[in-house]
Amino acid sequence: MTLTKTFLGAGAALAVSAVAALAEPGLIIDLGGKFDKSFNESAYTGAERWAEETGGDYLETELQSEAQREQNMRKMAERGANPIVVLGFANQSTLAQVAPDYPDTNFAIVDAVVDEPNVKSIVFSEHEGSYLVGMIAAMKSESDTVGFIGGMDVPLIRKFACGYAQGVKAVNPDAEVIANMTGTTPAAWNDPVKGGELAKSQVSQGADVIYAAAGGTGVGVLQAAADEGVFSIGVDSNQNYLHPGSVLTSMVKRVDNAVYEVFSEGAEGFEAGVEVLGLEAEGVGYAVDEHNEDLITDEIETAVEEAKAGIISGEIEVHDYTSDDSCPVLDF
Amino acid sequence: MDLGTIIPILDATLRSATPLVFVCLAGLFSERSGIIDIGLEGKLLISAFFSASVAAMTGSVWIGMMAGIVASLMLSMIHGLASITFRGNQLISGVALNFLASGITVVIGETWFGLGGRTPQLSGSGRFAPIELPGAATLADVPVLGPVYSDLLSGHTILVYLSIVTVALAWWVLFRTRFGLHLRAVGENPESVDTAGISVVRLRYMAMVIAGVLCGIGGAYLATGLAAGFVKEMSAGRGYIALAALIFSKWRPWYALMACLLFGFLDALGNRFQNMELFGINIPTQFMQALPYILTVVILAGFVGRAIPPRAGGQPYVKER
Repeated sequence: MTLTKTFLGAGAALAVSAVAALAEPGLIIDLGGKFDKSFNESAYTGAERWAEETGGDYLETELQSEAQREQNMRKMAERGANPIVVLGFANQSTLAQVAPDYPDTNFAIVDAVVDEPNVKSIVFSEHEGSYLVGMIAAMKSESDTVGFIGGMDVPLIRKFACGYAQGVKAVNPDAEVIANMTGTTPAAWNDPVKGGELAKSQVSQGADVIYAAAGGTGVGVLQAAADEGVFSIGVDSNQNYLHPGSVLTSMVKRVDNAVYEVFSEGAEGFEAGVEVLGLEAEGVGYAVDEHNEDLITDEIETAVEEAKAGIISGEIEVHDYTSDDSCPVLDF
Repeated sequence: MDLGTIIPILDATLRSATPLVFVCLAGLFSERSGIIDIGLEGKLLISAFFSASVAAMTGSVWIGMMAGIVASLMLSMIHGLASITFRGNQLISGVALNFLASGITVVIGETWFGLGGRTPQLSGSGRFAPIELPGAATLADVPVLGPVYSDLLSGHTILVYLSIVTVALAWWVLFRTRFGLHLRAVGENPESVDTAGISVVRLRYMAMVIAGVLCGIGGAYLATGLAAGFVKEMSAGRGYIALAALIFSKWRPWYALMACLLFGFLDALGNRFQNMELFGINIPTQFMQALPYILTVVILAGFVGRAIPPRAGGQPYVKER
């Protein structure tokens, strides 16, 4: 019995030292998939950039179903990854359970706050970025009707919608914002057919700019907007290249930078706590590149840059839906 | 509600109903011959995958559709082999095929394209283009009739029109030809068909071939008509909805079309009115999205009456010795 214990102890000690020696960072890709051209892909791009620049290796798994969250997180921790980045608000409760069991492993969570001594929470000011693209949408719209298509109906996505609607109303108080959600289950992140149908339905109601904050579903929204000849706005990653001339801009959320930073800090430089990435830190913003520079006129750019400076200085206050679960300009 | 609201909804109804119609007719042929086909979902999915990936590789949507049909036929033949030749349990075979399709599409997709199970976005000749019916542009300004013709009926892909033709064809084959009579008989009373000197096995395989082809067309429409590429699990339960529609329609082609249109309509309604104000009460989105499923239960329980399936359904035929 004692002998067994000794062996087990020795084994455990070996395992621990192995962990310390390896200490590769880990990334858990969320539902929606690595190549969703949006949220998860952005995280993957950040990790790849780190690997390329440092020549380091990192561990990676991809969730296939809701039930695998805890299992995957634990397996990643036991394989010795450190720090481990998990993506998405849906991991919040799972991480709060898992993190205390691995006090020597550092975790970082994107889009949610978990209050544990070994967890870094990274949240973005999506409402501010959405406000800016909302302004662009309102200035570009000729029908004074713009659309929003969200993925799963959760407070985070309503935060996007609310910021967007505020931006639209700031430019044109009479404009109408049609807001639709794809669904109420995680499958809503990956249903381009439904996204396309929602977009067509909004076009038939007069919308001529549609903002998709829906992960993989957004691909269908952007496609339908291009087919119908209206403008669309991408999200998270820069999606301007998908349909040049139709994608007006993208509300980029630099998940890639967040992942890159956590990976670069490594296990040593890790700092627990909450980090808010807003307009000032370039955590969010609107994308202008060779695919859409003709669409964003100087007039639009001046107005948006002005508003951006206003938000950073605190002159313009954009209401955050998640702060009180309500939106002053949009009913859900 | 005015015409400007109704027409886009009906337009969306036609689009959403089309894959259901093909799959529902596939189920109709299969079940009329006495083979229960839970595997419709899997056939739809695998055809969606192969049609999108081959269309992406060759740039031709027609070659893509052929590939989709072949893939769907393969699954159909496996189902036939399991349930006709080896007399296995048809439900288990069907469920197994669904799992197979759901897994294999992602695995092959990842190997071919490395996009996490997606196919590249299709464009141009890789997709079915909308067809303008003759005179659509000139009639557009005529009140009522104009919008109905040029917005609702015109401007769909060829497969939407084909689905209606297929319904008529299915009715004609089942109820006006000798083959149809044999097929219906083999689903009700295979012994008598056998006694008449007609091969039960051959007839049932024929039904599986028809089912495979129809599911193949449905899958091609899903991936290259409705969407512009494949994503994992994109069939999203349409195969099962089609099965429900089949029961609604009591295994009859024209009623099947009606049932599929009803489901398509509910889908379109849910997309258009996410938050509906009705008599001062705000109906939540969740209710609108659950409506097709609620109605399935209500209609099945209350309005259809007894839906009696073909009598020999689910039973492998064993020749008496």
